[in-house]
Amino acid sequence: MKTCLVVEDSSIVRKMARRILENLGFEVVEAEDGVDALVVCKRAMPEAILLDWNMPVMDGYHFLCHLRRMPGGDEPKVVFCTTENGIDHITRAIDGGANEYIMKPFDKEIVAAKFQEVGLIELTEPNLV
Amino acid sequence: MTPPDYEYLRKILKDHSGLDLSADKQYLIESRLLPLSRKCGVPGIAELVQKMKGGSSSITAQVVEAMTTNETFFFRDKVPFEHFRDAIMPEMLKARANRKSIRIWCAAGSTGQEPYSLAMSLKEMGAALAGWRVEIIATDLSTEVLEKSKSGVYSQFEVQRGLPIQLLVKYFKQNGELWQIGPELRAMVQHRQLNLLHDFSQLGAFDVIFCRNVLIYFDQETKINIFGRLAKAMEGDGFLVLGAAETVVGLTDVFKPFPDKRGLYRPSGVRTGSAQAATSMPKIAAMAGR
Repeated sequence: MKTCLVVEDSSIVRKMARRILENLGFEVVEAEDGVDALVVCKRAMPEAILLDWNMPVMDGYHFLCHLRRMPGGDEPKVVFCTTENGIDHITRAIDGGANEYIMKPFDKEIVAAKFQEVGLIELTEPNLV
Repeated sequence: MTPPDYEYLRKILKDHSGLDLSADKQYLIESRLLPLSRKCGVPGIAELVQKMKGGSSSITAQVVEAMTTNETFFFRDKVPFEHFRDAIMPEMLKARANRKSIRIWCAAGSTGQEPYSLAMSLKEMGAALAGWRVEIIATDLSTEVLEKSKSGVYSQFEVQRGLPIQLLVKYFKQNGELWQIGPELRAMVQHRQLNLLHDFSQLGAFDVIFCRNVLIYFDQETKINIFGRLAKAMEGDGFLVLGAAETVVGLTDVFKPFPDKRGLYRPSGVRTGSAQAATSMPKIAAMAGR
């Protein structure tokens, strides 16, 4: 089973993300901020990271920069999930090494679509009308 | 919804759009028409039907439109666009090397996600298409969705389904919570209102036809008829792309499946046979459909 680390300071959003990701077949690990998340990654690198931008202590962008310099830190697929929906933030995230970007609000379909995009989950068969 | 109302709606949809709902699609009608009834200021579907029976052609038109508008997103199902990039276009670049022009038809262009996905795919091919003239014609039954397609404006929700973030940044311009596809890509797509039940020979001959997730709504007789006319609207070495749940197999011999590429078909060259098939097969097909 693939592991997805959810880095998010809101416990409500973490809960929502956990439900969606578990439905997609991931084992979910949570972190409340970037520093917390780095500790998790040092212990065991996850396959996927769903990453908020604005968080106390260390924000998502700085976490990403640290992660990509860690040994094995280029492995996880990182998907931002943030209310920062300006094109400047998106461009910065991609340049910083993010694989995909979700603009909040999000739902199961968007997470599934983005995780498909980066190859974390298989394409699902389209439903017949 | 009462059974008589359901039957009435089925008949109206069949007559006006060819949409052939089986007996168990109440949920589909409810999911599409309840929002419309709210928009029209009536409590429910029964009142909509009443207005239709009372002769409101504008309500009828809106009902037909709401029922035939398909959910769509960028690069829907992915695989057809991989076929387009890896199989169709390489072959077309060779086959059309002299005339350097390719005509593509999105026969159910809807709100534009499919034609613009093709336009982006073509742009991504870069120098390989330098000096080529590529036409994308997007048609749809609904003028409302065509207007949206022309505008190229999508909500934040719409651009997050199927569109890789790199392509969003590269080809779209942000305007608050809305995203508009750039003028260069918009200019690559021409829009026409068209009902597939009617003659479309005036559109000319195409090299590639995307006709996805629209034939599922038609009965077998109508499908066979449309396949026959699609074959005539296509170059002999062209490509037809159908939706994942659609096939020509068992319906017509004017197209044959392309080996190892699901959803991809080519004209079989059996053109005279197709005319016969289009007139002689419906009865059998109609019976088989029951």
